[in-house]
Amino acid sequence: MAKEGTITVKRGLAQMLKGGVIMDVINAEQAKISEEAGAVAVMALERVPSDIRAEGGVARMADPAIIQKIIDAVSIPVMAKCRIGHFVEAQILESLGVDFIDESEVLTPADEHFHVNKQSFKVPFVCGCRDLGEALRRIGEGAAMIRTKGEAGTGNIVEAVRHMRTVIDGIRKLSVLPKEELMTEAKNLGAPYELVLEVAKTGRLPVVNFAAGGVATPADAALMMQLGCDGVFVGSGIFKSSDPKNRAKAIVEAVAHYDDPKRLAEISKGLGEPMPSLDVRKLPEKELLATRGW
Amino acid sequence: MKVGVLAFQGDVEEHLEILKTLGVQTIAVKRPYELEIVDGLILPGGESTTVGLLLKETGLDQAIRKRAKEGMPVWGTCMGIILMAKKLLDNPIEQPILGLMDITVRRNAFGRQRESFEEEISIPALKCEAFPSVFIRAPIVEAVGPEVETMALYQGKAVLVQEKNLMGSTFHPEIAKDSRIHQHFLNLIKERGSNN
Repeated sequence: MAKEGTITVKRGLAQMLKGGVIMDVINAEQAKISEEAGAVAVMALERVPSDIRAEGGVARMADPAIIQKIIDAVSIPVMAKCRIGHFVEAQILESLGVDFIDESEVLTPADEHFHVNKQSFKVPFVCGCRDLGEALRRIGEGAAMIRTKGEAGTGNIVEAVRHMRTVIDGIRKLSVLPKEELMTEAKNLGAPYELVLEVAKTGRLPVVNFAAGGVATPADAALMMQLGCDGVFVGSGIFKSSDPKNRAKAIVEAVAHYDDPKRLAEISKGLGEPMPSLDVRKLPEKELLATRGW
Repeated sequence: MKVGVLAFQGDVEEHLEILKTLGVQTIAVKRPYELEIVDGLILPGGESTTVGLLLKETGLDQAIRKRAKEGMPVWGTCMGIILMAKKLLDNPIEQPILGLMDITVRRNAFGRQRESFEEEISIPALKCEAFPSVFIRAPIVEAVGPEVETMALYQGKAVLVQEKNLMGSTFHPEIAKDSRIHQHFLNLIKERGSNN
């Protein structure tokens, strides 16, 4: 009997995306540009994070009609965002045939205490995290892929770097702790004990981990790869830049050749203006997206 | 024996890990000079549109075609078999491919991710009753040329094929962590190596 929606099948799709770039798109035309530039998947959403930030209001799942058009337009996997805890948006996205659901802090949370029970879905989920405990809580709920949150819509890589380093430090620490300390460490992390044991043993997360939130240039993308992530999400960074087509292609090449500075120099030449950016330190606490999720 | 895994994108590490358990030297291949020193090459799972573009951009496509023609064993899993096919169905953006094997492949043949599945299949050529096979947005081989041997079928369609030094599977033995097809590929490299 063929078994659908198993952990292997869900995590497996994320494994196929490794070394790739997933691009935020708001319509079918942008999705096609992304596919032609070499994106491994596209993320359908109503507004890119920088616009959500500028316009305010409640940010929700994208219009199913637009998601359907994006699905019809490209051959690569299509992801879409639902609000944290909004399991009905997730059900709708699954019924549309979306390949991966991002339960995302970039949208306005629908539940301030509980995330979606992702195990009850056949379609895999990706969730954001800022540290190892948050990553393992999401995996415990059934996430098949993790991304660091960064600070979406800022074009500023500083938070993505902070979160990636924090996750990696957490893993490194677990791998050297004696076994009798792991239960207390699980308590401190707020993470499921079984997953803490697994990470301590293997020295890595049980699922693929991408970087997100602030990638604006090929160098940003390569930086995240060299820090140890498995791939990169680019939100506003492409379609809010002056030359989306060439920037998209350049970021794809930068992720593939992340360890080759000569090539990165060539790739980075003459791409025009990056997206407008923000200094994260000047953002008021209530405007930070990364602090959403628990 | 040195076995390369094309390393632009996809589940490269999973292949490298299985190869290491089989005791061979491995190389992650991204540059033409890395291809020159391998005895066989695996094209892993991933996105064929992405990797097709990167192959073209780096000129590695020509180098792989040349070495495959000279007899180097090449095995593609999922994305790999798409890149190896001479003919692709449903290819609206005319993605660049390698076109090595006399097979016709349909991408995403089972549907979207929710239709992805795992299943045990029988591989008579390897005397294998139940090989754990993971199909992820998997392609299928719709037609094979006269020189192509069909090694395994699923629902009447070819899912594991071989044409002389070339192999393709539409599923992922590297995800199932079963090394029998990898071992078969290493045997193929050994046999071919003795001919060179």
